[in-house]
Formats: sequence, C-alpha cells, structure tokens
Amino acid sequence: MNKIMLPASTPERPKSARRDIKTIVNASLARQHAAERRFRWYGLIAISLGLAFVLLMFGNIIGKGYRAFWQTYIQIPITFDLSIMDTSGSGKRDLQTIDGADYSVLVRSGLRKLFPKAEGKSQLRALYGLVSADSPYELKRKIQQTPNLIGVEKEIWLLASAQVDTLFKGNINRMLDESERSIKNDQIEWVDKLQAAGRIEEKFNIALFINGDSREPEQAGIRGALMGSLLTLLITFLLSFPIGVATAVYLEEFATKGRWTDFIEVNINNLAAVPSIVFGLLGLAVFINFFGLPRSSPLVGGLVLSLMTLPVIIIAGRAALASVPPSIRQAALGMGASKLQMVGHHVLPLAMPGMLTGSIIGMARALGESAPLLMIGMVAFIVDVPKNFFDPATVLPVQIYLWSDLPERAFVERTSAAIMILLAFMILMNGLAIILRKRFERRW
Amino acid sequence: MSKTTTIGNQTISLNDSIARNELDNQESGVQVTDYDNRQTVGKITVDKPKMVCRGVNVYYSQKHAIKNVSLDIGTNEVISFIGPSGCGKSTFLRCLNRMNDTITTCRVTGQIKLDNEDIYEKDIDVVQLRARVGMVFQKPNPFPKSIYENIAYGPRIHGMVNTKSELDELVRDSLERAGLIKEVEKRMHEPGTGLSGGQQQRLCIARAIAINPEVILMDEPCSALDPIATAKIEELIDELRENYTIVIVTHSMQQAARVSQRTAYFHLGDMIEIGDTDQIFTNPRHKLTEDYITGRFG
Amino acid sequence: MQFFLLLALVILSACAYFIGRNRAFVVASGKIRNLHSLPSFYGCYTALWCGLPALIVFLIWVTLQPGILINLVLSGLPKELQDLPQDRLNLVVNDLKNLVSGHFISNTPDGIVLEAANRYQDMRAIGNAALLVTVLTLVSGGIAYAWCKISPKLRARNCVESVINIFLITSSTIAVFITIGIVLSVLFESIRFFHQVPITKFLFGLQWSPQIAFNSDQVSPSGAFGTAPLFAGTLLISSIAMLVAVPIGLMSALYLSEYASPKFRAIAKPALEILAGIPTVVYGFFAALNAAPLIREIGTLLGLQVASESALAAGLVMGIMIIPFVSSLSDDVINAVPQSMRDGSYALGATKSETIKRVLLPAALPGIVGSILLAVSRAIGETMIVLMAAGLSANLTANPLEAVTTVTVQIVTLLTGDQEFDNSKTLAAFALGLLLFIVTLILNIIALHVVHKYREQYE
Ligand SMILES: Nc1ncnc2c1ncn2[C@@H]1O[C@H](COP(=O)(O)OP(=O)(O)OP(=O)(O)O)[C@@H](O)[C@H]1O
Ligand SMILES: [Mg+2]
Repeated sequence: MNKIMLPASTPERPKSARRDIKTIVNASLARQHAAERRFRWYGLIAISLGLAFVLLMFGNIIGKGYRAFWQTYIQIPITFDLSIMDTSGSGKRDLQTIDGADYSVLVRSGLRKLFPKAEGKSQLRALYGLVSADSPYELKRKIQQTPNLIGVEKEIWLLASAQVDTLFKGNINRMLDESERSIKNDQIEWVDKLQAAGRIEEKFNIALFINGDSREPEQAGIRGALMGSLLTLLITFLLSFPIGVATAVYLEEFATKGRWTDFIEVNINNLAAVPSIVFGLLGLAVFINFFGLPRSSPLVGGLVLSLMTLPVIIIAGRAALASVPPSIRQAALGMGASKLQMVGHHVLPLAMPGMLTGSIIGMARALGESAPLLMIGMVAFIVDVPKNFFDPATVLPVQIYLWSDLPERAFVERTSAAIMILLAFMILMNGLAIILRKRFERRW
Repeated sequence: MSKTTTIGNQTISLNDSIARNELDNQESGVQVTDYDNRQTVGKITVDKPKMVCRGVNVYYSQKHAIKNVSLDIGTNEVISFIGPSGCGKSTFLRCLNRMNDTITTCRVTGQIKLDNEDIYEKDIDVVQLRARVGMVFQKPNPFPKSIYENIAYGPRIHGMVNTKSELDELVRDSLERAGLIKEVEKRMHEPGTGLSGGQQQRLCIARAIAINPEVILMDEPCSALDPIATAKIEELIDELRENYTIVIVTHSMQQAARVSQRTAYFHLGDMIEIGDTDQIFTNPRHKLTEDYITGRFG
Repeated sequence: MQFFLLLALVILSACAYFIGRNRAFVVASGKIRNLHSLPSFYGCYTALWCGLPALIVFLIWVTLQPGILINLVLSGLPKELQDLPQDRLNLVVNDLKNLVSGHFISNTPDGIVLEAANRYQDMRAIGNAALLVTVLTLVSGGIAYAWCKISPKLRARNCVESVINIFLITSSTIAVFITIGIVLSVLFESIRFFHQVPITKFLFGLQWSPQIAFNSDQVSPSGAFGTAPLFAGTLLISSIAMLVAVPIGLMSALYLSEYASPKFRAIAKPALEILAGIPTVVYGFFAALNAAPLIREIGTLLGLQVASESALAAGLVMGIMIIPFVSSLSDDVINAVPQSMRDGSYALGATKSETIKRVLLPAALPGIVGSILLAVSRAIGETMIVLMAAGLSANLTANPLEAVTTVTVQIVTLLTGDQEFDNSKTLAAFALGLLLFIVTLILNIIALHVVHKYREQYE
C-alpha cells in the first residue's frame, strides 16, 4: 500500500490563514438567518396565496349563488271561473275545455283584483309582469290535477318574474333612476304592498331541479343538463373503464417490453396531455362527419370524453397493478394457475380499488369538461330533457357556460347555483375516491 | 486501569429483577460482567474533553433508541463506536451535531456539550454547530454538481473566502488533505457523481474538512468501499487526527482497532462498555462485548 | 330498437353460458375431472360463440346502414335533384335526416323530400327486420355449434383465454388509434385548407379576420388568415399565467415539502389540490365576472386604459388554475431528490433555504423544467377561461391590459354555430387545431422525456 501523502505536508499549511470555524461562521450567521427567514416567508406567502384563491373562489361563488336555491312566489287570488276560461263557449266542464282554456285571463284578473287601481296599457303590462310568463301553464297543470277546482276561488302561489325576484332578494338598487333599472317604480310599489300583505315570499326553488333550460331566468332549471351529463358520463364510463383496465392489464402483465409497448406508452402519456379541444375536433371530424352520428347527442359527447378519460384510467390502472407485489403472482403461478387466471383471480382484485379510484377521478374530470363538447354541438339552447343517447342534449358545465353569457342578474345567480351543484358533484366523486383509497389502502 | 472501574450512577432499570441482579454482581465483584448488566463498564471520562455527553436518551416516537448514554470525547482523539446492527450507533452519532433535528419523530433528552456549551440549549445555532461538527455519511452523497462546486459549497455558504483565488486554493488544499488531488486535478469541473465510490467518499471527506470543523463524525465511511479505498481513508483519518476530533462508527473491528484510540460498544440502545481500544479488543470486561468481539453474535 | 336488440344479445349470451356449462357437465357424465377445463370455461366458450359473431355483425350493420340507405334514397330522387352541386345536395340530405329523426327543419319540406323521407323510413324498417333475423340466426347457430363442439377433450380454457388475449391486445392499441385519429382528422381538413390559403401566409400573416375572408369571396381570402396575432395572444396569456403559477406553485411545493409540519401539510396540500379539481368553466366564470371588472377598476384608479376583456384577467385566473399543476408536479420532483443530499448539506452547516436553493433546486431542475413545460402546454391548450374572459378580435400586442384572442378561442368561435364543411372558415379551425396539436405534442414529448430521465437518475 503506497503512502498517498506525506504527513510532513500537513504542518506546513499556513495555520494563520485558516481562521477558527466558529468565528467565521459567527460572522456570516446573521446574513444566513436573514436569508432563511426571507425564504421561509416567500414560501408561506405563496401557499397562503394559493389557499386564499381557493377560499376566494368558493366564497365568491357561494356568496353569489346560494340565494338561487330560493325563489320568490306571489300569492294571488284566482277564481277558476268557467265562463272566463271557456273560450269555445260550450259551457261544458270536460277535458277539452280545460285544455283549450285561456288561463292567462285568470292570472290577469287575479292581479287586477289585488291592484284595482292599475290602468292604462303600460301600467297593466307592468302589473302582469309581476308574475312569471309560466303562470298560466302552472294554473293549467293545477286544474288538470284537480279538476274540481273549477268554479272555486282560491289563493294560489305563483312564480314571480325574474325582476321581482331580483328586487325582492335586494339585488336591485332602488335609488337608481327608473330608466336605469329593469324594474318600474310601480312594480316596486306593488311588491312593497304585497310584502306588507304577506303575499310575497321566498320558497325553496324546486324549479331549478325539475325544469329544463329556459329563456326566462325564473323558469330555467338544470334538469336537462344533469340528465345530459348523466347520459354522457354513462357512455364514457362504459367505454373507457373496460378498455382502460384491459390496456393497463395488457401493458403491465402481458406485454413484453419492447419498441411497440414503448410506443404505446408514449402515446398514452402524450394523450393525457393533449388539449381537450383537440379531442373535440376529433369528435367533430370522425364521429359526426365521418360516421354521421347525431350532433349534440350524449352518445358523441360520451365517445369524445371517453377518449380523454382513457389515458387517465390506464395510467392509474398501471400504477395500481404495479403496486401488487410480485410474490403474489409467483404464488398463483406456482399453484398452476394460467397467467390469465393469475391476473383475474389475484392481481386484478387486489388492484381494483386503485383502478376504481383512478377511474372516479377521471370521471370527475370528464364531468367538468366542456371545451370538446362545444365542438360537437352540445352547446345549443335545448329546452327538452334528453331521454336517450341520441337526443340533443347539453351538460352541466356547458349549461354554466351558456348561462354565464346571459346578462340578467337572475342568471348570474342561477349560474353560480349551477356551479355549486357541479362542484358538489365533483367533491362527492373525489371524496368517494379518497374514501376508496383510504379504505382499501394496503401496505405490502 | 487494570481494575474494573464502573463509573456512572445512571443505570437503566429494564425491570426490577435486572436492577437487583446488577447489585448482586457489584457486590460479588465479578470481573467479567454478565449479560444482564446494562450498566456502562469502563471509564467514560477523559482529561481534555471536546464533547461531553451525559444521560442522553433518544426516542423515535415511542421507540427508545438510545438509553441513558454518558461519555466524553477527547480533543484530537479518534473514538470508534461498534455494535450490532440497529443498536443505535448512527442515532447517537447524529445527536452530536443535531442531524436528528431533521427527523420529525425524533426526540433527544439529556446533555451534550461541545466545549462546555450545551448544544441542545435554546440559543445554540444549529447552523453554527454543524459547521463546527461536520459529518461524513455511510453512503457517499456528493451533490450533483462539479467536484469543485462540491468542495466550494461549504466555504461559500459560510462566507469563508473573499476572492476566487482564495477559494481555488482552499478547494485544492482540501482535496490535497483528503488525498484526492492527484486523481481529480484534471477534472475539477466534471460532476462529482462521476467518481468511483471510494473517490466519492473521499470527496465527501474533503467537503467536510473544507470548512475546517472541530469535530468530524463518520458513519461507517468505508462500508461501501473496497479494501484499498478503505486503507486510503484510514490513513486519512490518521492524519486528520492531528487537527480534528473524530468520531467514527464502524462494523469492522479491525478498522476500529487500527484507527481509534478509544472504543465504545453499543448494544440495543445501551452503551455497554467503553475503554482504550487495545483493552476492549484484548480484554473486554463485559460478556456482551466479549461475545461480539469474538464473533459469537452481531 | 337497436338498444333492445343489444340487450337481448346480452341476455341470450348469459343463457348460452348456462347451456354450455350444463352441457359440459353432461358430456363429463358429472365428473369434472374428466374435463380439460373447468365447466365455467365451457360456459364462457358457448357464450362467446353465441354473442361475439352476432355482436360484430350487429355493429358493422348499424354503422353502415344509414349511409347505404341515404345513397339508395338519393339514387331514387329525380334527376334534377341528383344533379345539384355538392353543397346543395348536402342541404337536401340534412333536411332528409332531420325529417326522419322527427326534428323540425327550417323550411317547409317540399313533397319530393317528404316522399324520400318516407321511403327512407320504410327501408329502415326492412333493414332493421333483416338485422333482427340475421342476429338471431347467428345466435342460435353459435349456440348450436358450441353445443356440438363441447366434449371432454375440447380445450375451452385456451379458447376463451385467447379471445380475452385478443381483447387485451386490441384495447392496448386503441391509444395509438386515437392519436392516429387525431392526426388524420385535423390533417385532412388542414390540407384542404392549405390548398386555399398558402401555409406561409397562414403561419406568418399578421392579419386575422376570418369573417371578412368569408364574406368577400371575390378577393383572395388568404390575406385574412394570418395566425401571428393568435399566437401572440396565446403566448401573452400563457406567459402571464406562468408568471403567476410558477413562483406560487414552486414556492408552495418547496414550503410544503421542506418547511411545513406534517399536520399543516396534510391539510394544505389537498386544499391546494382542490384548485386542480375545479372545472375550467368555473374559472372562466370567475374571470369574466370578477377578475376582469376588478382589474379594470384598479386600472382606472391608476389612470390606465384597461380593456374589459384584458389579457391580464384571463392570464391571472389561468395562472391560479395552473398553480396546483405546477406544485404537485414539483412536489413529486423535489421528493425524488434523495434525503442523503439534504443530509450532506445540513451536515456542512447549511440552512434550509441554502440547501433548497443550492442543492435541491439544481438537483431537481430538469424535473422542474419538465413540469413547467407540461404546465405551459396545459396553458396553451386551455379553452374555457380564455373563451369566457379573453377577447374575440385578433390584436397583435404585448400589452397585457389590452384584449387579445387565442388559438383555442378562435377554434371554438369558428366551429360553433352553423357550419358547412367546406368553407375556409371551418377548415381554418382544423388548421389551427393541427398547429395546436403539434406545438403541445412537442412540448409534451420534451417534458415527459426530461421528467422520465430525471426520475431514472435517482432510482
Ligand atoms: N428515522 C427513524 N425512525 C424510527 N426509528 C428509527 C429511525 N432511525 C433509526 N431507527 C431505529 O433506531 C434504532 C437504532 O438505529 P440506528 O440507525 O442508530 O442503528 P445502527 O446502530 O446505526 O445500525 P447499523 O449498524 O445497521 O447502521 C433501530 O432500531 C432503528 O430501527
Ligand atoms: Mg448506522
């Protein structure tokens, strides 16, 4: 063994030049600590900003939207007078009369009964504008349910118009000049009177959940969009889950590593990062123009979203499969199981919670996706609730997009409410995923 | 020091029966202490102590990893810690420059003094402490930077040099003292991770001595190295002894015998025996030490 | 009807499973040991023979039927209708389709189209009946075949497994087909577009006004299809977003992984990730309704001219959206740096921030750069926020207070609403899509490669 260095060289080192470490460090200590504190503050500020944004978004949306879960109703005395209703003049109390009757007359006379002083064309129009344009149909539905109301006088709660609703919720500045706000002075006066008489009230807004879209804010609901989302996601799940799981299983358990699998992998990873709108273009060109599937339908929407969700499921699935220890595979093969039996009986059940978690997260993302659906025409104004996969439909996030474009204050409120519902679904799904992960988390 | 001197009134009572057993042993004056005695055997104090540890306990959450250990570390001496795997050598070593602070579950009680200052005192600065008590780890861990940058890192952060030429000189000097200069002279600006394992470890030592610490802690510095690289490092330790106090953890008893003046034997968190290296290896006084040295277990 | 046929197919296959299993018991005379495979494999074998051929025929039939029927109906139309130019003919076909599916059409249908629609419906009924017969024949034939084949020697398990294997392999190639689909679908239309507008004008032209180009056919339309302003706008908004997201995301990740107590981390990390789960349309709403007016007001207070759809508002909100993206990717990357690096630095008396700045960040730099590139690609491709909060008119500017438009916004505006598939306006959207795809593809591949390499380095 050779001496690498002569010990003699050590004492020659100029000792004076190398000051004592303690004093050296002491000299720079203040600077070091100041830098440390500064850096720490930056970090703290960054994370607080991030968290503040979360709170801001939620606070803002909830603050704007929670009132939309209540809707203003006005109580109006309605006389279901057959002679007024009967337009054909037959005087019979049969179904035909009920169907053909002019219910708006009833609403108008009820309103005039409340405010007999109103006169002149414009004042009367303002008066009739207190209640929603849907009111006559509401009365018709009531009669159809209970025909023996005919001839009776009854106090009925009718949906107030959007302006009245906005006013009643305190979102209109009364100080503004009449021309600058959407509600007339007379109307404000009437609303105040109604309030004094206890004839105007906020009730739970069930219309939001049972109606389809509408041009009138007070009638617009999200039922159609919810149904559309449900149908679309159903297709998405049915397509992307089996294919995703199969791909993950093949790549992780069967494929021999090589150029081809590498190529597939690059494809998958890249697809996960392709802008969603490009998938929309694909959907438009392939599913609609080439295969001629119906535009705006949940079927095409589901197809497009499943293409986007597929990579997410595959990546999560592979991670879940990779976390199953090889010893279990060896044990199964050692028992004489075929490779498929090994996967089917042992590996897949163990990896399933992880795969489901990944899929739920992927589905949650699909639920919130809107850009590609704009491309395939799910952005139309659709009043009807879709009943099957081929009906024109829209989905919840696109409904939000559509509503957010509308200027009425009442729509802003409804948009926020729709966002709250969408977020509730997202939280629900993500929460489910977290619970699933916690519940089945396994440490090997 | 020919007679058994049992110093230290800190006895950890595992349970009552063992404590009674110890009393029995002391009374009967048996020379070789038997298995059940967990009281430190040997003289823990030295004349010119650099570090003084008294009643040190370390816990990882609930686990009691170091049990009431007391010992002195002399100035300019090399002291080695030996013992079976998992007995707490590394843990104790990391207490000496508070590296354990980086483990959130770890809690240290007792007293450890460096030049008569308690290093766990509130107003002690860990930054300063670690600059004074350097450490070399089991696995070489050069930063993913050039060799030059690896060495220059410490002097830079502590503002030890003012000019580039001073820094150059300091880097060369440290590499020279670590016996690495010949091998890396031409590749100062290549990544440190490109060196061989033994070279990397010497690079880490050079990195540690570049800031001229007072104590160097070495946790199995040679465990990943071949005999030749090991010999080089042992030689290096021998030279460094002139200026530094060195604490070394090792699994090789030959190495402990070669480089250290004093040796401490750890067993399941207890420090069982301490004494001059010669005495520990030729004439152990505790049954456990004897078993370990003769290779009966461990 | 097609749906019920599908349902019937599933039910029939389930029945076939039991038939096959029972058959296996019978041929094995009750002793499973006599069989090559477990009885359930014989069940699956029968079910596959029953369901698979029928399903394949069903799918092909259903996809081809409408096209064939339309062609048949068209060939039955009077000569003068058939001789119409392509786009007029398309209108007729559209009317026809709408009539058939029971939707309203814009103009009152004329008699010929109405008649054609009726003929279409008649033929469809015939086609469906034929489909039903074919499927049922295949089902019963499949069951019969399997029934005859089942014997103790039959290697049912191997047959079933090879079918499953084929399914697995086919599934795994779908990812490739999606990529090919994307490329082809945007490429074809783009090529058609580049026949009308030269590619250099498209890439480097400074004027983007497709509406004008569409309205004045007589002048060469190429002058109005210059994408430079779109890319400038996209770049501007993305840069603002990255300026917000990178410092905040990176510092948050560093703080959470190096400083925060486990308790704080356990709360703050998921809380921050909530931002990633919020749909982009919500951000868009927030940007349009809150951020933009707020910035405008602040600007007015400062005496600045701020557009109501300023790039700043869209960029800021997009930045917020990307924060968790940057932070969670950086977090992964930082945690991949081994603890021994940190230990080495601490043991030299470095403070935490020195360790982070001088050891951790340089070591993690490739990975962080990779994640930032991924985030950039995300920002470039983001649609909803800019659609709702950024402008519509192209504007070649670097001033963040002005309104700009982006590639994605233009794709959406060009493609929503009425569209004919051969005017340059629609085709331009596909050309934009192609560019977007290429740019993000390059970014993604570089980023994924860098991150991958980086992970290997520490594994
Ligand atoms: N970070 C930690 N968290 C919890 N327990 C730990 C931790 N580090 C060490 N321990 C436990 O403390 C005990 C002592 O560990 P230590 O690393 O000090 O042993 P050692 O003597 O250095 O062993 P070796 O010779 O194998 O390095 C062991 O039982 C170990 O399991
Ligand atoms: Mg150790």
